[in-house]
Amino acid sequence: MTRRTRLRLFLVSAAVLAVVVIAGFGKLPVFGHPGPTLGAVLNTLSVPQRHITDVVTAVNFTYRGVDTLAEEFIFFAAVTAVVLLLAPGNDEQADHASDAATGRWVPQTSDAVRVLALALVGPTILFGLYIVAHGHLTPGGGFQGGVVLATGVLLVYLAGEYTHLHGLYPDTVVEGIELGGASAFVVIGLIGLAVGGTFLATWGPLGRIGQVNSAGNVPLLNLSVGAEIGAGFVLLLSAFLRQTIVLRRHPPTRHGLGSS
Amino acid sequence: MNVLLGTALVLVAAAGTVVVVLRDPLRQALAVSMFGILLGILFFAVQAPDVALSEIVVGAVALPLMILLALAKIRGGAQ
Repeated sequence: MTRRTRLRLFLVSAAVLAVVVIAGFGKLPVFGHPGPTLGAVLNTLSVPQRHITDVVTAVNFTYRGVDTLAEEFIFFAAVTAVVLLLAPGNDEQADHASDAATGRWVPQTSDAVRVLALALVGPTILFGLYIVAHGHLTPGGGFQGGVVLATGVLLVYLAGEYTHLHGLYPDTVVEGIELGGASAFVVIGLIGLAVGGTFLATWGPLGRIGQVNSAGNVPLLNLSVGAEIGAGFVLLLSAFLRQTIVLRRHPPTRHGLGSS
Repeated sequence: MNVLLGTALVLVAAAGTVVVVLRDPLRQALAVSMFGILLGILFFAVQAPDVALSEIVVGAVALPLMILLALAKIRGGAQ
């Protein structure tokens, strides 16, 4: 295909796309005025019916909880795939920990960065737990809180060396937490099926609106999601850091090539 | 449409363009982190704090981090 034909093809497609997009935008609700829709119904229902003051959480964990379950397992499958891909290959060996980007000057981590990172570890983990525990009351929840929790682990790496992080937790424990979080969601749903007749039916106490121990199963679901997402991100970080910092490719010696 | 919303929209468009225009993956990784923060502010301005939180933790922290680590590995292997 010559440059000229390609340009013509692009111009024709762009013109068609422009017509469709402009026609489509004309039918959209006015910006900032969504009109009477499902949103208004959910806004009025979620507090009296579910005792949840954050309507987004009410949608995610009760009105369409099964979708969230599927999203959980999409994340689970993605983490599993990445960890499998980044597993040490046959021709890779653990070397002493060092920055893989050789051939350039790497500045030492300054004391200021180390002290700041160390000082932030505790508050970050506490904040992550807060976001997970208050998902049904304020914006946030298991997903956001889980990622914040994993950031706390990253700060440990930033404050010290890779070896400190490596000694902090065995991968099998983190894998166990991830698996536990993912299966807890299913178990909570199945209990709902047994007790209330539908999957994820509310069986926990609804409690008083605005309190941490309210909103039925939602705090438990947020806890399970937080565990799964947090542990999943820690596994991702571990796998990436291991590949970047300690694993080196050595030519297989049985071919007599030696190391270059 | 208020001033905050307008500013946020313009900044998001500008940051997105910067990410595309920069052709060096290392610079792009840092620019996409900035883009994530600005997009988070935009979501906050349209009263979607839940999405804003997700966008900040994933777009501004997790995604650039994965890109940076992958780049470090690739450059190390090329030596």
